[in-house]
Amino acid sequence: MRIEPTILLMITFLPALGGLLMLTLPAKKTNLLRWSALAVSLIPLALTAWLWFAFDRNSTEIFQFQTQLAWFDAIHSSLHFGIDGISLTMILLTTLLTPLAILTAFNIKDHIKTFMILFLLLETGMLGVFVSLDLLLFFVFWEIGLVPMYFLINQWGGEKRNYASLKFILFTMGGSLGLLLAIQMIGVVSGTFDLVAILRSWPGLTTGMLFGLQIATVKAIAFWAFVIAFAVKVPVWPFHTWLPDAHTEAPTAGSMILAGVLLKLGAYGFLRLVLPLFPAESHTYAVWLGALAVAAIVFGAFSAAGQKDFKRLVAYSSINHMGFVVLAIAAAAYVGGSSDEALRQSATIAVNGAVLQMFNHGLSAAGMFFLVGVLYDKTHTRLLENFGGLFAILPVYGSILLFMSMASLGLPGLNGFVSEFMIVRGTWPIFTAFTVISMIGLLFSGVYVLKALKLVLHGPLNEQWAGKVNEISTREIIVVTPLILLILSIGIWPAWIVEVINQAVMAWL
Amino acid sequence: MQIPWISILILLPLATGMVLLALPAGKLKLIRWLSLATALVTFVISVLLFVTYDKVAAGYQFIEKMDWLPVMGISYHVGVDGISVALELMAGIIVLSGVLVTWQTSDRAREYFSFLMFLASSVFGVFASLDLFQLFFFFELAVFPKYLMIVMWGSPKTREYGGMKLTLYLFLGSVVALVGVLAVYFQSGLHTFNLLELEQAGFGLEFQRLWFPFIFIGFGILGGLFPFHSWAPDGHVAAPTAVSMLLAGVEMKVGAFAALRAGLMLLPDGMRFWAPLVIILATINVVYGAFIAMIQTDFKYVIGFSSVSHMGLVFIGFATLTPEGLTGAGLQMFSHGIMTALFFAIVGMVYDRAHTRSLSELGGLYKYMPIAMFGFVVGGLVSMGMPGFSGFVAEIPIYIGAWKTFPASAIIAAISIVVTAAYILLVVRKVFFGETPEAIKPGLTDMTLRDKIVVIGLSLLMIAIGIVPSILTPTIQAGVSHIITLLGGA
Repeated sequence: MRIEPTILLMITFLPALGGLLMLTLPAKKTNLLRWSALAVSLIPLALTAWLWFAFDRNSTEIFQFQTQLAWFDAIHSSLHFGIDGISLTMILLTTLLTPLAILTAFNIKDHIKTFMILFLLLETGMLGVFVSLDLLLFFVFWEIGLVPMYFLINQWGGEKRNYASLKFILFTMGGSLGLLLAIQMIGVVSGTFDLVAILRSWPGLTTGMLFGLQIATVKAIAFWAFVIAFAVKVPVWPFHTWLPDAHTEAPTAGSMILAGVLLKLGAYGFLRLVLPLFPAESHTYAVWLGALAVAAIVFGAFSAAGQKDFKRLVAYSSINHMGFVVLAIAAAAYVGGSSDEALRQSATIAVNGAVLQMFNHGLSAAGMFFLVGVLYDKTHTRLLENFGGLFAILPVYGSILLFMSMASLGLPGLNGFVSEFMIVRGTWPIFTAFTVISMIGLLFSGVYVLKALKLVLHGPLNEQWAGKVNEISTREIIVVTPLILLILSIGIWPAWIVEVINQAVMAWL
Repeated sequence: MQIPWISILILLPLATGMVLLALPAGKLKLIRWLSLATALVTFVISVLLFVTYDKVAAGYQFIEKMDWLPVMGISYHVGVDGISVALELMAGIIVLSGVLVTWQTSDRAREYFSFLMFLASSVFGVFASLDLFQLFFFFELAVFPKYLMIVMWGSPKTREYGGMKLTLYLFLGSVVALVGVLAVYFQSGLHTFNLLELEQAGFGLEFQRLWFPFIFIGFGILGGLFPFHSWAPDGHVAAPTAVSMLLAGVEMKVGAFAALRAGLMLLPDGMRFWAPLVIILATINVVYGAFIAMIQTDFKYVIGFSSVSHMGLVFIGFATLTPEGLTGAGLQMFSHGIMTALFFAIVGMVYDRAHTRSLSELGGLYKYMPIAMFGFVVGGLVSMGMPGFSGFVAEIPIYIGAWKTFPASAIIAAISIVVTAAYILLVVRKVFFGETPEAIKPGLTDMTLRDKIVVIGLSLLMIAIGIVPSILTPTIQAGVSHIITLLGGA
C-alpha cells in the first residue's frame, strides 16, 4: 500500500488514537504513562519528517497529499485533507513542539494520565486545522482544540486559573461565533463546504443580492467575522487581553503549545482563508489591519517592558512578535491582485517572512516559556525582582536563557533576524510608515529582553538562592536542544525551510 | 408471519406495568428485575428496528394495522419512518437508563416502576402512531403517570406546584390540539383518522392557515415552545430523576414530534404561513432559555432551562421547511434527548449523595465521582455545540436551514452558543472542581456500577455521533425526504 494518500490521516489522528489507548493504562504507573505519551507523540514527528522530504517543492498544484473521505453528506461536508508549504511548516512546528512539551510535563504530579491524554487530543485538534480543506472541518478542529486547552489551564494552572481559563475559552468561542456563522453562510451560498471548490467560486461572486443585501455588503460582514475570529486567536490588538492571563496561568507545557502553536492558528487562518476568499475586501481593509498590527507591535513591546512577572513579560512579547506576522499579512492583502510586479515581489517576500516568523516565534516562544518554567520550578516565584545574579550559580541555564533571549530579540545569525528582516523588507515598499513605526517597536523589544536578562542573570546575587537552586537537569537540556539547533540552522541557512514555504506563496499569490 | 415488533414495543411495558401493580409490594427484587427485563427487551427491539429500517426504501415500515372503531374510521395503526425510528431508539435507550439509575428506589417501588412502564408505553406509542386518534390517545396516556410520579416521588418542596403546573399546561395544550385534530377529521371528509390518508387529503389554504396553530402550538406546548415553556423547568425540577430524564429527554420530543406529524405534515401550507411566527418564538426560546439558565442557582434548574433553549432549535429546524433544517431538527431531538437524560441522571446522582442542589453548596465532586464529571463535561460540550459531539452535528444543519430561509434567526440564535458555554463551564467548575464543603462530605460516595454504565454509555453515544454523523443522519434523512414530498417540492 502506498503511504501518500493516508499519511495526513495518520499524522492527524494518531495522537488522539494513542491518547485513547492510554485510557487503558493504569493511572498509578506514572513512568509508563509519561513514556508512552512521549512515544505516541514521536510518531507524527517521524511521519512529518518523511512528509517534509517527500513534499514536491516545485509543484504548481496548490495542495498535495490530498485525501477525501465521506463525513457529513447531509450538508455536503467531507473529510478533505491536503497540505501546501505553509501547512507543512506549521505541521512540522506542531509535531516538533508537542513531544518537547510532553517531555517538559514529565514533572507534572497530579493526574498525569488525564494531562497526557488531553495533550495528545490537543495535538490532533491543532494538526486538523492545518490539514483541513473543508471549511466545516476546519471549524471543527479549530474549536475542538479549545476543550483540552481549557482543562489544561483550569486544572494544572496557577492561582488565577479559573478566571484565566474561562476568559480564554469565552474570548475564543465568542470570537469564533462570527466565523461559524460566516462559514455556514458561505456553505449555504456555495452549496458545499469544500474549500477547493469554494476558492474557485466564492471570490468571483461579486454582483447580485444575498439575503436581501448587496453581495458586497454581505461579503464585507463575512470578511470581518473571519478577521475577528482569527484576530482574537493571533491575537491582534485590541483583542489580546485573554492572552497574558491564559499564558501566565497555564502550566509550562501548556504555555509552550499555546504560544508555540495555538497563536499560529490565527495567522494561518488569515493566510489560508481570509486572503484567498476575500481578496477584494482584504485589499480594502488592509490598511486597518496593518494599523492594528502596528499597535500590537508597539503596545506589546511597551507592555512587556513594564511587566514585573517574568512569564507575563514573555506573554506580552508574543503579542509583539505576532504583530509582525499580521503586518506582513496586511501588506500582502493590500497588494493582492495588483499588477505592479515590484509590489507583488515585495508581498511574496513579506508572506514568506510571515510564515517563517510564525515558525521562528513558535521555537523561541516555546523555548522562553520553557525556560521561565524551569526557573519557576526551582524558585517558585516568577517575579523579576526576586531574582538577580543567577548567572553566577546557574551558568549553563544562564547561557541557554541568554541564547534564547537573543533569538527572540532577533540577533543576526539566529532565526528571528531572518524572518523579521524579510517582513520589514517586504512591507517597506507597501506600508512604509507602518514599517518605520514597527521598527521602533523592534527597538523596544530589545529593551524588555535586556531588562529581563539583567534582572534575572546579572547584578548582585540574591542571597536567598545561593546553594538552594540546582542547575538545569539533563531532561530539560534535552528539551531545549532541538530548539537551539533549529534556531541556529534557520539563522545560518534559512533556505531549507523557505523553499517549502515559497512553494505555497508562489502557488497562490 | 412477521413478528409485530412495534406492538411488542408498545404493549409489553403496558402489560408489565399492570403485572407489577398486581404483585405484592414487598417483592422488591422481583419488581426491579421485571422492570429491567422489560426495559431491556424494549431497548433491544428499538435497536433492532433502527438497524433493520431500510434507509434506501424510506417511507413507513414495520406497519401493522387492525380495525378498532371502524364506524369512526379509527384503527390501531402503527409503523415508523426515519425520524420516528430514531426517536424510538432514543426512547428505548432512555427508558433503560431511567430504570438503571433509579434501581434503588424503595419507597412504593411497585407503583414507581409500574408508572414508569406506563410512561414508556405512551412514548413508544406516540412515535409509532399512524392514526391521528391513536396518536392523541397515547399522547394523553402519559398525563396520569407523569402527574402521579411527580407528586408522589418528586422533591418535597415543589412537587405539588410543579406537578400541577405541568398537568394544567399540558392539559390546556392537548385540548387546543384536540380541537385542531377534530377540525382536520371533519374537514377531510374521509371519515378516517388514518394519517397516511390525511396526509394526502389536500386541505384548502384557508383551512390550513386557520387550524395549523391549534395543532402545532397545542402539541408544541409539550415541546416547550415559548411562551408556553414555563411548565418545563418547574416540572423537570420537581420530578424524580427517572421522570426528569423521560420528561425532558423523551416527552418534550413527543410534543415536538406530534407537532411535526399532525401539524407540519398534515397542514404544510399552514406551517409555511406561520413559519415566521414560529421562528420568532423559537429563537426567543433559544436565546432567552440560555440567558435564564445562566442565572440559576439550582443545579437542576440550569438543566431545566437549558432544555427550553435547546428545544427552540428543534422548532427553528421545523419552521425552515428545508431538508437541512428538518434533518437537523431530527438529529437535535435525538441528541438533546440523550444529552438531557444524561444531565438529569447526573443531577440525580449528585443530589442523592449531597442532598442539596444549590450550586453554592456543592463543590469538588470530581474526587468522589469522576465518571459523573466526565459525563457532565461530555453533556456540556454537546450542549454548547462543540464540534466533535452530537450537538454540533445536529445544530449545523439547523443553522444552514435557517440561513436559507431566515438568516436573522441563525445570527441571533448563535448568541446562545457562547452563553451556553459560559453557564456550563461555570456549573462544571462549581459542582465538580474546587473545595468540597464540609456539610456535604459525609454522604459522598462513588457511583454504582449501574450508574457508571449509564453515564459512560450515553456519553460515548454522543461522541460517536459527533465524530461519525452517518450513524444517524441517513435514517433521519429517509424520514425527511417524505416530509419534503408532502411539502410539494424536492
